Amino acid sequence: MNAIHYREIDGRSAGFWGLAALLLTFMAAGATAGYFMERIGHIITGMTNQVVWGMPHVFAVFLIVAASGALNVASIASVFARVEYKPLARLSGLVAIALLIGGLAILVLDLGRPDRIGLALTHYNFRSIFAWNIFLYTGFIVLTGWYLWVMMERRLNRYGRMVGTVAFLWRLILTTGTGSIFGFLVARQPYDEAIMAPMFIVMSFSFGLAIFILVLMGAFKGTGRALGDQLLMRLKNLLGVFAAAVLYFLLAFHITKLYEAEFRGSEAFLLWNGGIYTALFWFGAVFLGGVLPMLLFWLPQTRRSRNAVAWGSASVVVGGLALMYDIIIGGQAWPLSIFPGMQVSSSFYDGVVNYYAPSLPECALGLGGCALALFITLFALKLLPFLPETLADEQGQAG
Amino acid sequence: MRPRPHSEEGRVGRSREEPAGFEEGENGIDEGRRRLVGAAVVGALVLAPGVSLIAYAEADGRRATGASSKRRWGLLIDTTKCKPSCTACVTACSSYNGWKNEGRPTDPQWIRKVQVTDPKTGFSRSVPVMCQHCANAPCVEVCPTGASFRRADGIVLVDRHICIGCRFCMMACPYKARSFVSENLTEQKPWAPRGKGTVEGCTLCVPRIDAGKVPACVEACAREGGGAMTFGNLKDPASALSRALAEYPSVQLRADLMLDPGVHYRGL
Repeated sequence: MNAIHYREIDGRSAGFWGLAALLLTFMAAGATAGYFMERIGHIITGMTNQVVWGMPHVFAVFLIVAASGALNVASIASVFARVEYKPLARLSGLVAIALLIGGLAILVLDLGRPDRIGLALTHYNFRSIFAWNIFLYTGFIVLTGWYLWVMMERRLNRYGRMVGTVAFLWRLILTTGTGSIFGFLVARQPYDEAIMAPMFIVMSFSFGLAIFILVLMGAFKGTGRALGDQLLMRLKNLLGVFAAAVLYFLLAFHITKLYEAEFRGSEAFLLWNGGIYTALFWFGAVFLGGVLPMLLFWLPQTRRSRNAVAWGSASVVVGGLALMYDIIIGGQAWPLSIFPGMQVSSSFYDGVVNYYAPSLPECALGLGGCALALFITLFALKLLPFLPETLADEQGQAG
Repeated sequence: MRPRPHSEEGRVGRSREEPAGFEEGENGIDEGRRRLVGAAVVGALVLAPGVSLIAYAEADGRRATGASSKRRWGLLIDTTKCKPSCTACVTACSSYNGWKNEGRPTDPQWIRKVQVTDPKTGFSRSVPVMCQHCANAPCVEVCPTGASFRRADGIVLVDRHICIGCRFCMMACPYKARSFVSENLTEQKPWAPRGKGTVEGCTLCVPRIDAGKVPACVEACAREGGGAMTFGNLKDPASALSRALAEYPSVQLRADLMLDPGVHYRGL
């Protein structure tokens, strides 16, 4: 097997600093939004007592789910011994940590009392899936950091498979926990399904790999390094399968719901007459998140195109965000069924579809978290040797 | 385990005139204890200013002394006596606890009147809905820090000192019983601490209960409404509440979820 040579990126070009400045601008906007949400209150957001989790959660959960998926490339290399993926393993671990930190930053700044985040680390309710997630998130960062160290320190390389296996199992549990936050919500009809846990795992495969491919292509193009077609096509095929798997899980989820009379009202809302939520599901989640990428990846006209890989991956990301919006906001827009089968009305919006429109601070906070994840990735690439010098086909195959 | 404040109100005695709606059975508060509480009131009035300051300062670390697992406080709401036009319970709750509903979707509502109509028959009822003080409360289960908690006597509360404002409890509550404080507040009631960035809901007027009174909504319903609310100890078979529950059919909201709410409804 040929040795893989890794090297830091130079990070001196105008493009590098221009990108860094752009990301810093978004981060500053996000931090400012977080500051005002804390000082003035959530009144400056679109969130209400009806829709209590808004746009920040859409971005945060998307990034957290994608983080565990981004680690898959490293897992394929070390756990499943596919050596052709090994040169990508370091970048995979880095992107995973960066995405998780970006998502957690949003989540923390969206708290009503972000100043009390220390309490979340000292006061645990072990029956809470949320408390479990705090463990799972911090554990993921520690484990993936350890995994990176083992991969980057030559004398520790022999532990790579062991640490990689632990990290892989951890990430499966982590995404199970994230999906279960919604799956355990028995009171809300659009949630309340155990299948949400594995569905979130498959979503993580798709979103994480799409972001990874975009970062990989961007980093290699930006630094003028060679990225072989064969490796890229292999990743693209994998992403196509993951996108199809998400569609399968969405089908199984909604078919199960439709089978139960109790859920037909909420299903009709999400799938048929729910306005923006119906549009986001069919055009966003299904078409952009699944159908379009598969067409781009596998139609004879585009299957060899690198542009199609990039556009398909971007489409998965946009579709993923749409799906997350549909799940989180659409799920809350549907009113609670406190009196099943009855028509209800009150001054507290009982029985009506809840209105929500994201405000600018919420979007700024969400985009700021995305920028933070990319900023961490960008500077880590400059500081440490995460990127192989070349991934030209022969090297990519030989690993 | 970290001790919790059981009440933010200084302990005072039970009102001289027992409000309608409060029902204790043989195991309830006896006369001797009432006199003892009365004596405590005199002492409290003398010592209150200084003690209150210390009490408020130490509220975070105070061990619950008012709640006993020998009781489980509950309510029976007779919807046949609840008039759609009457909002006495809502007004009393708002007034006592200091929250205001100005019609905005961000405004809190610790208790609300819900008009419930059967579309197949046209049968309609007006129903007060508040925290149902569940035995298996989902808000308590999901709270990451344990800020949502259930007292020994079944009252479900939020410890505002450790609520981080994640709103997971609001996602989990089947009754939409909780509100999030979205902006700065002024003029809060000392016995009902509220703060921006934390979640709140019906406390069953816990300071009043600890003082031997009934919740404000129950008192107002008896005084101005149709006397539709009966408050009492579910664990005392002799209490009027338990006797009424044994005598007439009643339901719990979303009983299928097996949360065992402490609030029961008649006539639904």
